[in-house]
Amino acid sequence: MTNELYIQLLAAFLFTMGVLVVLLRRDTIMVLMGIELLLNAANLSLVAFSKTNSMIDGQLQVLFVIALAAAESAVGLSILVNLYRNFGSIKTQNATTLKG
Amino acid sequence: MNVETMNSLLPLLILISPLIGFMINGVVLPLKLKGFAKTDPNVAGGFATFFIFLSFVMGCIAFSQLTGSTSENPAVYTYVFQWFDFGGLNIPFELRIDKLSGILVLIISGVGTLIHLYSTSYMHDEECVGRYFSYLNLFCFCMLLLVMGNNLPLLFFGWEGVGLCSYLLIGFWYTDTEKANAGKKAFVVNRVGDLGFLIGMFLLFRELGTLSLTEINTMLADPTVVARIMPSVTLICLALFVGATGKSAQIPLYVWLPDAMSGPTPVSALIHAATMVTAGVYMIARLNPLFELSPVALEVIAHVGAFTALFAGSIAIAQTDIKKVLAYSTVSQLGFMFLACGVGAYQTAVFHLMTHAFFKALLFLGSGSVIHACSGEQDMTKMGGLKKYLPHTHFTMLIGSLAISGIPFFSGFFSKDEILYSSIALPGGVSYLFLVGVLTAALTAIYTGRMMSLTFYSEERMSHDVKHHLHESPALMTFPLYVLAFLAAFGGFLGVPHLLGDYLGHMPHFLSHWLAPVVPAKHLPLVGVKMPLHEGVVMAGSSVIAIASFFGGVALFKKITFISDLVSGLAPVQKLLSNKYYIDELYGVIVVNPVKKISAFAAGIVDKYVVDGAVNGLGRGVRAVGSTLRAVQTGDLQTYGLMMLGGVLLVALFIFKVLV
Repeated sequence: MTNELYIQLLAAFLFTMGVLVVLLRRDTIMVLMGIELLLNAANLSLVAFSKTNSMIDGQLQVLFVIALAAAESAVGLSILVNLYRNFGSIKTQNATTLKG
Repeated sequence: MNVETMNSLLPLLILISPLIGFMINGVVLPLKLKGFAKTDPNVAGGFATFFIFLSFVMGCIAFSQLTGSTSENPAVYTYVFQWFDFGGLNIPFELRIDKLSGILVLIISGVGTLIHLYSTSYMHDEECVGRYFSYLNLFCFCMLLLVMGNNLPLLFFGWEGVGLCSYLLIGFWYTDTEKANAGKKAFVVNRVGDLGFLIGMFLLFRELGTLSLTEINTMLADPTVVARIMPSVTLICLALFVGATGKSAQIPLYVWLPDAMSGPTPVSALIHAATMVTAGVYMIARLNPLFELSPVALEVIAHVGAFTALFAGSIAIAQTDIKKVLAYSTVSQLGFMFLACGVGAYQTAVFHLMTHAFFKALLFLGSGSVIHACSGEQDMTKMGGLKKYLPHTHFTMLIGSLAISGIPFFSGFFSKDEILYSSIALPGGVSYLFLVGVLTAALTAIYTGRMMSLTFYSEERMSHDVKHHLHESPALMTFPLYVLAFLAAFGGFLGVPHLLGDYLGHMPHFLSHWLAPVVPAKHLPLVGVKMPLHEGVVMAGSSVIAIASFFGGVALFKKITFISDLVSGLAPVQKLLSNKYYIDELYGVIVVNPVKKISAFAAGIVDKYVVDGAVNGLGRGVRAVGSTLRAVQTGDLQTYGLMMLGGVLLVALFIFKVLV
């Protein structure tokens, strides 16, 4: 087994953890952090593949993903603030109506 | 054969003219005046009469073109447009007036005009005369289409059209349930017959690949074609004949016609004399080369005809309603026509059709005049002695009665005698059919005499009020009566038989010569140089019977109403006859009740539980699925996320399976 594979397995493990966090944690901030974990697991995978195949494309993708992740957390946090105003909490199980 | 086809617009114009009348009375005037009720009776009647008269005039022109032609089988022909053209089925909308349909066109439009004219006065005080006249015009349009259409679908179009119009006209007074039901009965019974007609038509198309009448009749001259269709020809003929029994009120489908009497009297005259009921006879005469191929079918036709003639004639003798007597008389006379067709004397059937149109229209319009005079009374037991109050009606009706009874030298004598003679002299003839015919002829004379006697001669039995109002009908009604009386008296001279023709200075049998190219006259083996005696014996015998029966009937029923009044032992027979052999009740038990039961079952059980159950069950099922799925729609973000994950995994699995 080579290093590349270990890195891919690590990425997969991190991704799974992220998914579990997104699905299981009730706190919306934790959910957002889970999403960060997902994105970064993907980034790790991309960088590893890029290195393995000696191509720069994967690393470029990672730059985009990081930019998107930053934008996403800005939007996500502002939604979170609104959520708190409307429901008085940031627990996901309380926000079950689509009405703003 | 020398065939000449003249292209001309005349048939189309003849056809369209009553349709214009229908549009004016049925659409234009009601739209303009906002409703049928506001049309002036004289205006409506005037338009309607004018347009059918226009048809008659153009019919005369077309007829003169036929007589003017030197060829043996001339026809005036219009190709209007291609109606159907797909899958080998090619049906042009084409109209054709040849020697047979020419006669029918003249009868329909001519007698029709008189009936329209008469209606203008007869229906003057009714409501919605505009509606009445529009239907009347539409009726004539359909009938003209029926006789002029040069292929079976067109003929069927007209055939259905007259069925529809008879429904509309019989049920004209639709607020009266009984009358509306009579209309429905006519419609439903006719549908049964139409099914037979359709089947016959389809079979014919399968065998010959064409539905054009001219093509059918030409193809049947080819021996190879004949050999090909021989196996199914009996079936085709019988199916077509079922259609004819419906329209022409023969056993077993005659029951609608007597009930149809509840419509306005001129309608009865139109249906019975000039149009609808003769359609069956016309159709068989038209397709005579086809029917010639099936001796079995012809035998059936002859028997049904003869039996119907006797059967209806015997019912007629026990009726008290003047119009019912005439209705059964029509059924009986149509039976005569089918008897003639059945023994192969098609041109004789057409001859009788023509004379019948004259005298039956006359009798119906006369009875209408009587009913009109008696303030709507139709029961003959409440009439009597009307001769001195209604001299014109009496005189014309007497001529009609003499004609239908077959008194010598009136029109009915010639045609009926010819039928009787054909039924024994032609190869298809059978001696007992001849005897049935003779018996029916005697019955006809008796019940006609009875009708005249009860109405005009016996002592007065009217109620005081009716008597007070008695009046002769206006000129607009008596004029058509006189015209028809003239035709009924002298119409028979178009078909003077050989024997008499020789004595009267070689007067030819005009009609059978005229029809010969379309409806070939059969050679009568017993006629001719060798044995003129037979024809003379039949003729003399039937004259004696007719005269004796008619005047016997008149004399007998001056004092009594029913034969059972004289011979008390006949009371059960009388009861049986006046209840029309309980046929309606029988049909009620055999056909109507089971259908009602099935309907009740279908409505009560099948519809309620099966159909409603299926529909409601479907609704309930969807709701149950919905309420189950609703539990999933929690709005909880993470549940959705889990489902998405599940979906993604499934798709991934699928892709993995496909790719690897």
